[in-house]
Parts: sequence; C-alpha cells; structure tokens
Amino acid sequence: MRFLGFIIVCLTGALLLYGTGEFPDWGDPNSPASIHLSDHYIEKAVEETQVPNLVTAVLADYRGFDTMFETAVVFCAGLACFLLLRDFSQKKERFYRHTPTGVILHVKDSKKILKVGKEFEHMDKDWVPSDLIIKTVCRILIPFIQIYAMYVVAHGDFSPGGGFQGGVIFGSSLILLAISYDLKTLVRRVKEKVFGIFAALGVLIYVGIGVICMFMGGNFLDYSRLAPLVPGDPHHIRALGMLGVEIGVGIAVTAAMAIIYINIVSEGRHDEGL
Amino acid sequence: MTDLLPLIVAKYNYWLYVILMMIGLYAMIAKNNLIKKLVGMNIFQTAIILFYVSIGYKTDATIPIIQNAHGGQGAHSAAIHAADYINPLPHVLMLTAIVVSVATFGVAMALAVRIYQRYQTLEEDELRMRLADIGPEK
Repeated sequence: MRFLGFIIVCLTGALLLYGTGEFPDWGDPNSPASIHLSDHYIEKAVEETQVPNLVTAVLADYRGFDTMFETAVVFCAGLACFLLLRDFSQKKERFYRHTPTGVILHVKDSKKILKVGKEFEHMDKDWVPSDLIIKTVCRILIPFIQIYAMYVVAHGDFSPGGGFQGGVIFGSSLILLAISYDLKTLVRRVKEKVFGIFAALGVLIYVGIGVICMFMGGNFLDYSRLAPLVPGDPHHIRALGMLGVEIGVGIAVTAAMAIIYINIVSEGRHDEGL
Repeated sequence: MTDLLPLIVAKYNYWLYVILMMIGLYAMIAKNNLIKKLVGMNIFQTAIILFYVSIGYKTDATIPIIQNAHGGQGAHSAAIHAADYINPLPHVLMLTAIVVSVATFGVAMALAVRIYQRYQTLEEDELRMRLADIGPEK
C-alpha cells in the first residue's frame, strides 16, 4: 500500500512538473492571471469604491457574494463542531478545591447535587498550580491583542487587514486566555450561548446589510444604496458598507474559532481543557 | 539532464509547490494515523495557497494597496498603473481558501475526536480491525 502510494505520488508529481513548463515565469507581469480582470481592479477600484486596499475592495465588494458564503462556511464549521462533540452529560467524577487551604474534595457520585460556596472552585482532574509568570504575562498581553484585532478589522479598508484576519486574532486571544488560565475561566467569562449568538450575529450582519441594500432599491450588497441612511460624505458609502460587512465577518470568525477550540479541546464537555 | 536544469531554475517556484503538494498527498495516502493524514491535507492546501499567490506576483510591483489614496482628494492626482501593483485577485481567493482550510480542519478534528471516543484509536488498520470485529454496530 505504501509502495503503491509512493508510485501514485511520483506519477502525479511528474505529470504536474511536466505541466509547469507551460506556466508563466516567476514575476512575469504579463502572466495570464494578471492581464484580464486584475488590471480593471487595480486601475478602477479606488475610483469606484474609494477603498485603497484592493484586496478588501475585491473581497467585500466585487466578490461580496462569495465572501458572504465564506462566512457562512465558517459558521457551519462551528455549528458542525458543536453538533458532533457537545456532550451535556455530567462527568462521573468532580473535583473541588478549597481555595484558602488547598484541600481537594473528590466527588465520586455524579448524581449527587453538591452546592459549593465561593471559597470552593471546580477544578480539573490533573490540576497543577498555575504558573504566576505565564498568567501575568498573558493577562497583560490579551487586551493589547484584542485592541490590535479591532484595529486590523477597522483598518481593513486602508491597510493590510480585514474581517477574517482580525477575527482570527481576536479568537486567538480568547484561546490564549483558555490556555494560560484554564478552559473554565474562558467559559465562565463568555458563556457558550454568547459565542453561538455572536457566530450567528456576524452572518446576520453581513446578510442584513445586503438585504437593506435590496430594500433601498438596489441589488443585493450594492452598498451605494445605503447613502441616504448614513450621514457623511456619500462618496465613502461603499467603504463604509465594506467596513460593516467586515465587522460582521470578524464577529462570526471570532465566535466560530472559540466554539471550535472549546469543543475540540474538552471533547464537548466544556470542563477541562489542555 | 543538461536541458532539465535551466527549466528547473526558470520555474523553481512551481517545482517547490509541486514537491510540497506531493509530500501532502503522500501523507494522505500512505500514513496510518488519521491526524497525520490531516497534517498531510494541510500541507497540500498550503502548497496550493503558495501556488496561487506566486501567480499574482509581478516583478518590481508592490502590495495591492494604492499609495496616496487616503483622504479622497489625492486619489486621482496620479494615474494608477496596473504594472505597479501585484494582482489582488489570487490574494482574495486564497484569503477565503485559508478560512475554508481552518473550517475543514476544525470539523475534521472534531470527527477524529469522535472516532477516538468510540474506538479508542486513530490508527487506520486498528480501526479497520475493530470495525470488522464489531460489524455494523447498534
């Protein structure tokens, strides 16, 4: 099997390498990919959309429909992880730690309902005292990472960035919180329900902007129709529409990242992480 | 061999991507562990992403962000030449492809976790043995 696979790989690779002979040279300005549509994008995008970052202009305006379903794909991935893994049954054993003394309670009967005060904390089975340096550094870093993520989303029109990138950075800050403290800290601060609602809300913002454009008498996602609704310079209305769409993308990606991480790392029980 | 070398040098980027792609394909075909297969899939996707981005590259061109276009009034002062900026379209396509790869990887990991919960293994041959032992379960 292994040998057969190697032969298949070699044959496919040789075929592909043979095909590269016909490909344009590295950095050729007249390669077929760069002479048809891309010239129009480069020369006319600023005039038509007022957005200097061409990647954002193409992503959110010229190819806005594609990006909308891309966001839906991310939402569906989060949903699929939730549906595949989420396990609402209680774990058999539970551990509580008395914070002032460090005494650990081991509850073996899962059916027994145990009400504990604030001086006890529900803890992981293989708990180790958390490292002060890691906790402190991450606590200082996380707000800055989140502000940077918002900057990346908000400046997606003018500098490298956008909704997907900013959303991933924001989601990684939440994952950093879960790794440096523990998963319960993240789940306690941001409820599972909130993540679910935000993932749906992001897609809804995107679709909603498109539908509002239709109600204003234009095509789906034709941002120029939003001009009467937004005060300010009507020339920038396409840039503002793209910003709104990118914010929706950012929210959806953040929430989907967090849902995927939490469900995979705790096998759907939301109790113990890495 | 003598005429092969200039061909490789002229198109070395494509050779690198094809080699990377084949590493991923080999991992997907020949590896026994499901997680290693997933890693192979990710390598494969990365090769395709690099391939697309390299197609959009132009010599002596800068990133596709129009210079001096901030503020509106300066936008039309100078004509924009397509040769000065690299092709934005592959970047857009690959931006969304990266997102799809993250989404597929997340779902694949979730499936792997479910498989492990049920069969206590991620090795393909052991899985096949267990499936043959149990038969269609429940």
